[in-house]
Amino acid sequence: MTTPDAGGTAAVPPAESTPHTSKTGPRGAGPRRSVTGTRRAVAVLFLLPALVLLGALVLYPIGYSVGRSFFDKAGDFAGLDNYETMFSDDGIRTAVKNNAIWLVAAPALTTALGLIFAVLTERVRWGTAFKLIIFMPMVISMLAAGIIFRLVYESDPDRGVANALWVGVHDTFAESSNFPRGHPGARSPLESAGGGAFVTKEPVRAGEPVVLPLTGVPPDQMPDDAKSAKPAAADPGKVTGTAWQDFTRGKGRGKLNAPDAVEFGYPGIKIEAVKGGEVVASTKAAADGTFSLPKEADGAQLRYPASNFREPYNGVDWLGPSLITPAIIGSYIWMWAGFAMVLIAAGLASVPRELLEAARVDGANEWQVFRRVTVPLLAPVLAVVVVTLMINVMKIFDLVFVIPPGSSKDEANVLAVQLYNSAFGDRDAGVASAIAVLLFLLVIPVMLFNMRRMRREARR
Amino acid sequence: MRSTLRTRTPNTRRARRTRGAAAKIVASAAVGALALGLSACGGDDKDKDDDKAGGGGKESAATVQLPKLDGEKVSVAAVWGGAERKVFLKVLDEFEKRTGAEVSFVPAQDPIISFLESKAAGGQPPDVAMLPQVGAIEQAVQNKWAKPVGPEAQKQLTKNYAQGWQDLGAVDGKQYGVYFKAANKSLIWYNTEVFTNAGVKEPKTWKEFMKTAQTVYDSGVTPMSVGGAEAWTLTDWFENIYLSQAGPEKYDQLAQHKIKWTDPSVKDALTTLGELFGKKGFIAGGADGALQTEFPASVKQTFTGGDQPKAGMVFEGDMVSLSIAETKAEVGKDAKVFPFPAVGDESPAVVGGDAAVALKNSKGAQALLTFLATPDAAKIWAEAGGFVSPNKALDLKAYPNDVQRGIADALIKAGDDIRFDMSDQAPQSFGGTPGKGEWKALQDFLKNPKNVAGTQQTLEDAAAKAYKKS
Repeated sequence: MTTPDAGGTAAVPPAESTPHTSKTGPRGAGPRRSVTGTRRAVAVLFLLPALVLLGALVLYPIGYSVGRSFFDKAGDFAGLDNYETMFSDDGIRTAVKNNAIWLVAAPALTTALGLIFAVLTERVRWGTAFKLIIFMPMVISMLAAGIIFRLVYESDPDRGVANALWVGVHDTFAESSNFPRGHPGARSPLESAGGGAFVTKEPVRAGEPVVLPLTGVPPDQMPDDAKSAKPAAADPGKVTGTAWQDFTRGKGRGKLNAPDAVEFGYPGIKIEAVKGGEVVASTKAAADGTFSLPKEADGAQLRYPASNFREPYNGVDWLGPSLITPAIIGSYIWMWAGFAMVLIAAGLASVPRELLEAARVDGANEWQVFRRVTVPLLAPVLAVVVVTLMINVMKIFDLVFVIPPGSSKDEANVLAVQLYNSAFGDRDAGVASAIAVLLFLLVIPVMLFNMRRMRREARR
Repeated sequence: MRSTLRTRTPNTRRARRTRGAAAKIVASAAVGALALGLSACGGDDKDKDDDKAGGGGKESAATVQLPKLDGEKVSVAAVWGGAERKVFLKVLDEFEKRTGAEVSFVPAQDPIISFLESKAAGGQPPDVAMLPQVGAIEQAVQNKWAKPVGPEAQKQLTKNYAQGWQDLGAVDGKQYGVYFKAANKSLIWYNTEVFTNAGVKEPKTWKEFMKTAQTVYDSGVTPMSVGGAEAWTLTDWFENIYLSQAGPEKYDQLAQHKIKWTDPSVKDALTTLGELFGKKGFIAGGADGALQTEFPASVKQTFTGGDQPKAGMVFEGDMVSLSIAETKAEVGKDAKVFPFPAVGDESPAVVGGDAAVALKNSKGAQALLTFLATPDAAKIWAEAGGFVSPNKALDLKAYPNDVQRGIADALIKAGDDIRFDMSDQAPQSFGGTPGKGEWKALQDFLKNPKNVAGTQQTLEDAAAKAYKKS
């Protein structure tokens, strides 16, 4: 149970303690009675319920976690062993690294995006509607958002939106070929020429029809105009032959290396005649798979260039080990940009118009107004947003727990997830507590910053 | 919703998997499961047990005499939900009818050991629990909850069960568990249309299997679907090959880490597995795609898409049929099954199963164990489907279709050479944690099947660490 408590406590104290400090700061001078005349005892009485709750639900769990982190799995004293494990374990090291990436990238990008949205929506007519849409993802629970993005990032372009878009864009520039996965079958006169091309083992002769059998092109991807394959007629002045799918449905290869009537030609497949590494002639097969090359091809080897077999582009491996963290951060931004936008828009509303007008009158262009006037005036709000997001990001759990498939879970690891795994997967409360303490320590600087800023605010 | 549940499974997965995917599907729906079938009451005496229970015709007549237990109360804990629970309740009804005892079903949560822990701590353990792993039985014995089976039940066990199945329920030579429901994890399912189009038949040996795969590939369909996002499918691949190739003795030694993962036998098994994983175009979606395919998706993509599915075959246990049920394909017609091809001399038989273990020394508990060890009990569930019994006395005719019959037949024929899932026997940090140990190593192997030596070393390092700790 250390997890949620420690995570929660990190965020609670500043909110809980700031009203205190701001109140006692200026007024602390009166020794026994406050301005309203309440006795200290009465004050304590009224504070008691809150103090008890705070102690039981916040302070005690923190203390217990810190204590527990010095004991091992079974509950025996282990000194600093857990901390040692923590910094030597690969999984936890990745988690720390990923947390750092999150901490830098996510709040910054979210705030930047929120700022852009806030400034732009102020200027468009349907700003409120636009804001509403941007803010909507905030309403969705993290878990649900995780499931949504799991589907969005699906690698199959037929299922994942991200890849569908990506492949769509890609395919407008580079089309895939007609014969993906074509390859020579067993005992074929062809052999691999490297790089995905196939070449005849023997040189061909004019007047002797050549067979160039391949297998493996999925029937539903065969060109529509494919006709049943025919043996080529011999022509002493030309090199002729057949290029076809040497596979009979239901019967395996059929007659080996000879076109059966039920087998289909490869219309439009490219064939090159190669002599000593030079292409001397090239052609494309007809609908029934037959082709003919001029006399120069005599004595050359025939080759299917690799371009025939280019696999359809399948998009980006979003959920693969290398892109998983950026992908999850993307989904986080989708959720939280709306939050940043709303806060910043509120701050923007309180920026005095006269200052902007004055800058414009002084000849500043819009970019300069934005950069030199709006942003500095918004700085306190931006700081609030960034710091809130930082605390939020440090305990990020749901998205990282839900989105990555099993194979890239460890590459996506963050401290909160690792804490959960250590506690409930490995059932090692010691290491889990140590991670909780580490998380707590990491949150403290942000917390202090937040408190100081708020105190400053209160003094103003 | 299903994907959520799946991502949450890692911790509970060991228990679930042996039970089969039925529970996976059903678990979400079964939250509000109410159980209980209560009835009669009153004392009884052992001397009454001479009257024939059941009576009736010859075929369905009782094969065992059960004591009269009027008024005795028996509670049974199991994690089954939905359809599985319904059928199991039928089995219990029959028991009630024969003995007059009052049986209540206690719905348990995964992992059942933790559930029993809380029940035992509360002083109210159920009389009988259905435990889904060898490890759970051992744990129950260590915790001193489990009670050895009585002479009556032992008699049935000896009569109806192969030694191998008895041994799986024994700890330190003492019999505790009665395996009631079995899972055969040595099966390869195929799309019949793909096989017809390619003109191939069910292969028997690994060599034939590879040739079949090649022909399927030549016909324009990717031969194999691998659900590599959940690495337990990969450990099962390895275990089947290893069991068939290196033999049961080595399998046991490796399971207990008495031989190292750097052993040449592991190298051979990985090399064999690499033949399949490393062949370009043999795995649906390539290695990267397979690593993002969850198990249910790996089944579905094999049985959807008409005569051009994403893959022609998929490997896993009998729970595959439950994922097939979510497609339009029909088991027995569109989807058929053949035993895992023999890599060595024999086809492997990696199994799982649920064993009934008595947690109280009551007469009712012992009588129930006795009953569950009879073919009578097995028959009730077998007829309902989705069930394979390790009981060799059960008439194969009881199964509702050829596919189930074939699976059961293979299981019974394997005799004593059955082995429990190796990764389920290993410490969880090695054999059951996503992104760690064997799971991670085999996923990396799928990505780079040439790296046999490196994989062995990674496996050994992780195993050494995990086995030392436990």
